[in-house]
Amino acid sequence: MATDQELAVDLRGLTKRFGPVTAVNDLTLAVESGEIVAFLGPNGAGKTTTIDMLLGLSRPDAGTVRVYGKTPAEAIARGEVSAVMQTGGLLKDFTVGETLQYTASLYAHARSVAEVLERAGITDIADRRVGKCSGGQQQRLRFALALLSDPRLLLLDEPTAGMDVEGRREFWSAIRKDAEHGRTVMFATHYLDEADAYADRIVLIRQGSIVADGTTGEIKALASGRVVRATLPGADQAALAALPGVESVELHGDTVVVRAADSDGVARHLLTQTEARDLEITSRNLEEAFIALTSDDAPETIAAATGSER
Amino acid sequence: MTSSTAQPQTRQVPPLGGLNLTALRLEIRRVLRNRRTLVFILIFPTVFFVLFGLPAKHEVLAGHSALAYIMISMAVYGAMVGTTSGGAAVAVERSLGWSRQLRLTPLRPVAYVLMKLVTAMVLGLIAVVVVFVVGALTGVRMPLHVWLLSALAAWLCSLVFAAFGLFVGFLLPSENVMQYVGPLLAILAVFGGVFVPLDVFSHTLQDIAKFTPVYGVGVIARSPLVGGFTATAVANVVIWTALFGFGAMRLFRRDTARV
Repeated sequence: MATDQELAVDLRGLTKRFGPVTAVNDLTLAVESGEIVAFLGPNGAGKTTTIDMLLGLSRPDAGTVRVYGKTPAEAIARGEVSAVMQTGGLLKDFTVGETLQYTASLYAHARSVAEVLERAGITDIADRRVGKCSGGQQQRLRFALALLSDPRLLLLDEPTAGMDVEGRREFWSAIRKDAEHGRTVMFATHYLDEADAYADRIVLIRQGSIVADGTTGEIKALASGRVVRATLPGADQAALAALPGVESVELHGDTVVVRAADSDGVARHLLTQTEARDLEITSRNLEEAFIALTSDDAPETIAAATGSER
Repeated sequence: MTSSTAQPQTRQVPPLGGLNLTALRLEIRRVLRNRRTLVFILIFPTVFFVLFGLPAKHEVLAGHSALAYIMISMAVYGAMVGTTSGGAAVAVERSLGWSRQLRLTPLRPVAYVLMKLVTAMVLGLIAVVVVFVVGALTGVRMPLHVWLLSALAAWLCSLVFAAFGLFVGFLLPSENVMQYVGPLLAILAVFGGVFVPLDVFSHTLQDIAKFTPVYGVGVIARSPLVGGFTATAVANVVIWTALFGFGAMRLFRRDTARV
């Protein structure tokens, strides 16, 4: 039985290296039961590696993994965790229904095949050979497979990669409907809008480390910093960069461009402490800001500032 | 069927590491649906029997009916191809990522291998039965105990090839593994005296043949008909089964440790 304090996911100091590359670097993350968490980051950020370790498909070089207080293998054996992987193998000469029957038979307790077929919206193709199903249909089958054990934690690794907009919407509505019963869901994605639309909490990961963690609102505010532009001959770049919430300062001749989360503070400083004129504040594109936050040359200071928020 | 509560009170680990008859039944049905597998294990041995056996219907081989002799040989061949392909299926499932998908279920790797082994032996049994039925229908006449003993021997001894299939399956993660293994099996079958009696070869070749993996199976399966059951043949089967089984186990351990 779960206690109230029991965490769905408890990762501590998780580290995984592949030769000289550190894919996951001292990652610590706690997910409470019932949360819907987006694991957001660019390709190669370490999302899949982390999920592999969560499922026991890969062993961490350092750190611990607990899923509802158990090792991944124990959690899987009891059907407490299941996953929809990016590319999971399916046998082409099984039908959709047979794939589910086969998998259901492996659990001590499983939901009925008819029920998960319906939940995943693939009842009509139950008799179709897997090899004849489209990519989207195969992905729905993987989702149905993941539902068989009625898991407490469902992991989705870029589940909609390669789907069109309509397919993505249908897939997520099925997940949403199913998660109403209090299932914990953690999904990896590199689509900002997907994380925004379907998660309660966003964990931003870059180069194997968490760079930001908060509610979608918090992350959006963080990501949607503004750009302050002004004419200021002989601007002191270092002084401006030292202002709170400043991400970058660029000088183009007499023009100074400051990217900052706290644009008001920067504007106040420029207008009261310097000779700046022609001041202009513009919003930054959300997608662009996300790229700035997660790109390899993003300043470490942001990571430190946002990381301490939670 | 359990009801759909989001949080069952008790979550249990399945018995026998997930090994169960439903999965086995679905697995066997799936394998039998594969046309290529059926051609290799059902059509080829039967066609060979018809091609080589029927023209020799009234001839005598090793003092016995050539037809019966060839029928048993082809049953051995069918069984070895069937069990090998059953075991080698792990290669296909590894290359497709199905084994990885199964790692997300309670199925224990050992239970998975056992299921493959059982499926392989079922394929072997089907191959033997088909050749024997065709043989009976086309005029093979043997005492009942010879039918039973040779069928049983051809089938049980093909365990060596189930182990061989698993070994190859864990060695080569390829969807087309049987394309490489099929010709190899045919060569081994020649050395095992399955396609032609070994005494057409030189003495040196005959001596070498005794150490190849089909030799023992062939001798034991034909012995109810022609005699010649030897300890060498038994040792051949036992040693090769142990070698392939050990090899498969080593590779299997490496495979499960890596993922």
